[in-house]
Amino acid sequence: MQAGENTLETVICEREVEIKNEDGLHMRPAMRFVDVANRFECDITVSNRENTVDGKSIMQMSMLAATVGTKLIIKAEGTDAQQAVDALRELVEEKHFDEPTPEKA
Amino acid sequence: MKFADFVCFKAIIPELKAKYRDSVIKELVSALNEAGRLGKGRCEEITKVLIERENEASTGMGKGVAVPHVKHPAVKDVVAAVGRSSAGIDFSSLDKQPVYSVILLISPANDPDKHLQAMENIFRHLQKEKFRKFLRQSQTAEQIEDLLREADENPSL
Repeated sequence: MQAGENTLETVICEREVEIKNEDGLHMRPAMRFVDVANRFECDITVSNRENTVDGKSIMQMSMLAATVGTKLIIKAEGTDAQQAVDALRELVEEKHFDEPTPEKA
Repeated sequence: MKFADFVCFKAIIPELKAKYRDSVIKELVSALNEAGRLGKGRCEEITKVLIERENEASTGMGKGVAVPHVKHPAVKDVVAAVGRSSAGIDFSSLDKQPVYSVILLISPANDPDKHLQAMENIFRHLQKEKFRKFLRQSQTAEQIEDLLREADENPSL
């Protein structure tokens, strides 16, 4: 998508999320993340402060090695950036990828 | 984590005999078993759960590589076998292309963080075209071991 002069202004949206599921961002959750990310037009990056990777690439997302408790920054850029960040936040923090969370002590 | 921390260099198969996904998994698990890295009599069971995991969702991530993996109490530390196929294997990969390099990983059941660290290392290298090309072109177990050790020492490879 090329942003021409007549297109809407690009929206940039950024949000910190915390990994809640016990096993962290292993391949299955990473794939779900990538699946959701790919439903949106906007560019999506995810950062653990050390590395910033493409949120639509399973290989790159697997590189984050985000354990439970890790905070990631999701950044989206494009007209549907807000919706993308909201959907991804819900997946990570509300649904915690439909995986178990650590038992509260 | 580095390759040398978890790859079993005795379980490197430079030319896989198996031509199909399930038999490739079996061949690599057997190599780990022969290297003494799995608990006694766990070989078949581990092969079975790896195939079940693969049936749930392919670990063929595209670009000719697959990373079948499972958590299993038979291992105390993360351990991996590496196989190469010049003919290519159908892994039902995301990009529908054949797989030429397989890194098979078994992680302990109770240490999800170690598993993530090993995966981080694997994908950090596998996403580099140069690394994938060298791995695919390696002809012997020694060449593959050298490549992995070099990748450990030289992050830019």
